[in-house]
Order: sequence, then structure tokens, then C-alpha cells
Amino acid sequence: MSLLKIENLSKYFGSLVAVNDVSMNVEPGELRAVIGPNGAGKTTFFNMISGLIIQTSGQIRFEDEDISLLPPAQRVWRGIARTFQITEVFPELSVRENIRIPVEVATGYRLSPRLSKLSDREMGARVDELMDMSGLSGKADRLVGELAHGDQRATEIMMALALKPRLLLLDEPTAGMGDQETYDITQLIRKLHKNHNLTVVLIEHDMRVVFHLADRITVLAEGTMLAEGTPKEIAANEAVQAAYLGKAAA
Amino acid sequence: MDAADFKKQIPNVVVWLMLLSMPYWLPLVHGYTELGIRVVVLGLAAMSLNFLLGYTGVLSFGHAAYFGLGAYGVGMTIRYLVPSTGLGIIIGTIVGTIAAAIIGPLIIRLRGVYFAMVTIAFGQVFYFITFRWNSVTGGDDGLTGWSRQPLDFGFATIDILHNTRAFYFFVLAIFAIAIGAMALLLRSPFGRTLIAIRENERRARFLGIPVDQHIWISWMISCCFVSLAGALYALLNNFVDPRALYWTQSGDFVIMAVLGGMRSFWGPLIGAAIFVVLEDFLSSQTQNWMSFVGLFFVLVVLFFPRGVLGIIRRKIST
Repeated sequence: MSLLKIENLSKYFGSLVAVNDVSMNVEPGELRAVIGPNGAGKTTFFNMISGLIIQTSGQIRFEDEDISLLPPAQRVWRGIARTFQITEVFPELSVRENIRIPVEVATGYRLSPRLSKLSDREMGARVDELMDMSGLSGKADRLVGELAHGDQRATEIMMALALKPRLLLLDEPTAGMGDQETYDITQLIRKLHKNHNLTVVLIEHDMRVVFHLADRITVLAEGTMLAEGTPKEIAANEAVQAAYLGKAAA
Repeated sequence: MDAADFKKQIPNVVVWLMLLSMPYWLPLVHGYTELGIRVVVLGLAAMSLNFLLGYTGVLSFGHAAYFGLGAYGVGMTIRYLVPSTGLGIIIGTIVGTIAAAIIGPLIIRLRGVYFAMVTIAFGQVFYFITFRWNSVTGGDDGLTGWSRQPLDFGFATIDILHNTRAFYFFVLAIFAIAIGAMALLLRSPFGRTLIAIRENERRARFLGIPVDQHIWISWMISCCFVSLAGALYALLNNFVDPRALYWTQSGDFVIMAVLGGMRSFWGPLIGAAIFVVLEDFLSSQTQNWMSFVGLFFVLVVLFFPRGVLGIIRRKIST
């Protein structure tokens, strides 16, 4: 059974067709990259899956349930977490506090007016574990807004992971990063995917990252699905080369 | 407790020592106990507003409505139902909280200026009801013919009507409970979700926090405590009039919170103290006292956006 099943998804903004009749299945444990030239509708596609915007038509099924009309928070409760193209964190809070909030939400404490000493310690331990995993422990008490871009992005990914998602959506995780930062984030994603058997769907512009990470690739162009397949198949696909890789090379 | 924890407690200790000893040193600086009570009561109102403004990031310009409902709640209970101060406070607070709970779902989807405008509008509705409904509220003349009742504990009674100092400590005890509850809430997982909403609403939403629901609860908590402050305010004056619900009163609360520092827990109390003392002193000198408060406010906002407490903090850290 597919974890995520998208059927004939479309989104119109007035007369502009942003996403046109796209279908996609993501299997459990898969790492899927969604690529395409600028304006291909990738982010719109992502925003529909996570509930930021509602589709014009089509259906989104997660674990065989229709989630097409659920608000974002409820999609998170079902196991879908995401990051944004422009990093969305709590800049005036420390790394520890940033990660603490989703840890508590995921444990069902979001409305708790107080925590027992025991739960407090458990939450703290989980936060420490997540910071260790991403190499953020040394910066635990720094404000996230003061950190380098790469560390902010790592914090955002760990916040999403703190929600114990079954599906992680990453919107251009390496956007605006230098080589070293890109490498670090790529390694982090790879580690999370392998060690936790986490299903990941990511949008990415950096082809090195895509071909290094992805099990399968979906190519969007002008809102429609152009091709789908393994990295090898996509690299060999002439339509993709013409629409996308060719343009990038030229 | 290590040194860092101890350092964090210093402001709390200082504030509580000042508050506990206020009736004793206030006369020495040409103050009087009622002035101290006004500081505590309006401080509670400003801190309640700040639960929403400073810690959830939502600006209400209609808190006077709930302040006034608490005030009329206690006055009308004592006047028409039972001569009991305690029961009056409870009823006043419940009335204000229920009104906030009902209005909440109508406004929580709005943000920023729109939220502020709609809270003013709802506030004015309550203002006109109290203003027009002469037979019950006394209309423009206010609700008179009642006064706070002695506290009867069965084994002893405390005359808070004539013993102003006793009334001060009664108000301070209620203040302590309310402030303690707010402080605990802000340090809880729920409190952290509010700060998350203030810091980045989109991120909060995509961390599984149903933002509207949490703002609604924060709004109710904030209005509950501001109703309590309103009830105490009516007891202090033995009188309520519709001005307690007027939108300029809401503006005063916002000024107090911003003046003192809305990102700090005690800031609004300090803002309230400055406001009340300036009002008391300047209004005996000139009718235009508000323009001086306004000037001071503008200067603080321009040069010290973190409020008066922000200035003090910076002085200490350098």
C-alpha cells in the first residue's frame, strides 16, 4: 500500500494553472525527489500535500485515508511534517526551545497546563537526543536567529522530525547554501532516511543532491508531470533533458 | 538552586518585597494606600492583557469590555443579589470570561489590525448596553448604592471597607494567585505553544498546533484575569460607570503594557505603576495630564521599544 497517494491533483489561481492533473504514489521508506524548472508548480504541489493551500480538484490520500480537506495541524497529527523553502523557525528562541515545542506537541502535551517532573525530564531527554543526532548540541542555548543558515535549516529539519512523522516533506533543503552546508544537510537527510526508515519527499534544485539521495524522481514542468522514474531513467529521459536538464546546461 | 537560577529569582523577590511593604513606605513618598491598590489592580489588568499581547502576539483593543463586565458583575451582585464580596468577585469574573468565550470564536480568525478593530467594536457594544440600560446599570451616572462587604470567614470577619490596609492585602492576595497562575501557564507546554504562535504562526501551525484554538484559549485566560481586575477595581471605588468599558480604557491597558515592556513578565505592572502615579500627580497640576503621559509613551516607544523594564535590564547587564 502506498503511504501517500495523490490522484489527479490540480490547482488554478484564477486562469493560471499552477498544477495540472498530477498523480503520484510514494511507497513507505522511499526517498522521492520532485524536480522541475522554476514555475513548474513544485511548491504549490507541496503546499497542497501539507494543507497550506487547498486543491481545486483531485484527492490526497495518506495511509489510505482522504486528507484532501484537513487543516494543516490535523495533517501533522496524522504524520506529515514539512519544512519550508525559506526557513521557518522561532528565531528569538534557543535551539533547545525550538525543538522542545514540537516534542511536546507530538507527545500530546500541547494543552497541558503543567508537566510532571518525570515528563519534563523525558521531554528534555528527547530534545537532547534530537540535537545530538544533528550535531546541534553545542549550540543548544543559542538563539536560532543568530545561527548560520545551515544550522537554522538543520534546526528546522529536527523540529519536523521531533513530530515523529511518517512522511517528511522538505522544500529545497539546500537552497541558498554553500558547498559544505549543502553536503552537511545532504548527509543529515540521508542519515535520517536510512536510520529511521523515514519516508521523505523533497523538492530540490541541486542535481548533485537529487541524484545522490533519491530513490525515485518525479519531474514537473509547467504544472504537469513530465516523467517519473529512478535517477538513471530520469537522466536518460530525453523529454526531461529537453525541458529541464538541457536548459540548465545551456 | 544554582547561581543562574538564583539570579533569575532576583526580580521576583524585589517586586514582591516592594508590593508587600507598599502600604508602609507609600505615605513616606506622599502616596496613599488607595493609590497602591490602583497600581496593583491596574497592574493585574495590564499583565492579563499582556498574556495575550506579549506572550501570544495578539493585540486586543477591547479588554476594557471584560474589565467592565467584571466590575458590573461584582457591583450588581452586591447591589441586587447577595451582599458578599467573595461571591461578587466570582460572579463578575465568570460573567466576563463567558462573554469572552462566546465572542472568541467570532474574532480569533482575524489578525493584526483587524483583530484590534473588531475587539474595539465588541467592546463598544458592551459599553452602550451599560450606558443605555439605565434601570439596571444606572446608565451614565454609574452603578451606586453598594459597597464592598466585610469578609466573613465564620470564625472572624475582616472589615475591608473601612480598613484600607486590610483591603490592600486582600487585593494583593488575589493578585498573587492570579499572577502565579499566569506564570505557571506561561512555563507550561501550553504556554510554549503560545510563544510559538507569537514567534512564527506558520511554523506553529505546521508543528501541529491548531493556532485558532490556542489563541481562543489564551484570549479567554487573558479576559478572565482582566475581569477579575475589573471586579477588584469596582470594589476599590465602591462604584462602576460605563467609562470602565470605554475603548480608551482598553487603550490605557495597552499603553501600560507597552510602556513597561510587553516582552517581560513584570513590565506591565511597572507600566501601570508609572501610569497611575503620573495620572495622580499630573492630574492635580493640569487637566491635560494625558498629553504628558502620551509624550512619555511616545519617547519610550521610539527610543526603548522594550519598555521601561527593557531600559532597567540593559542598565543592569552593562
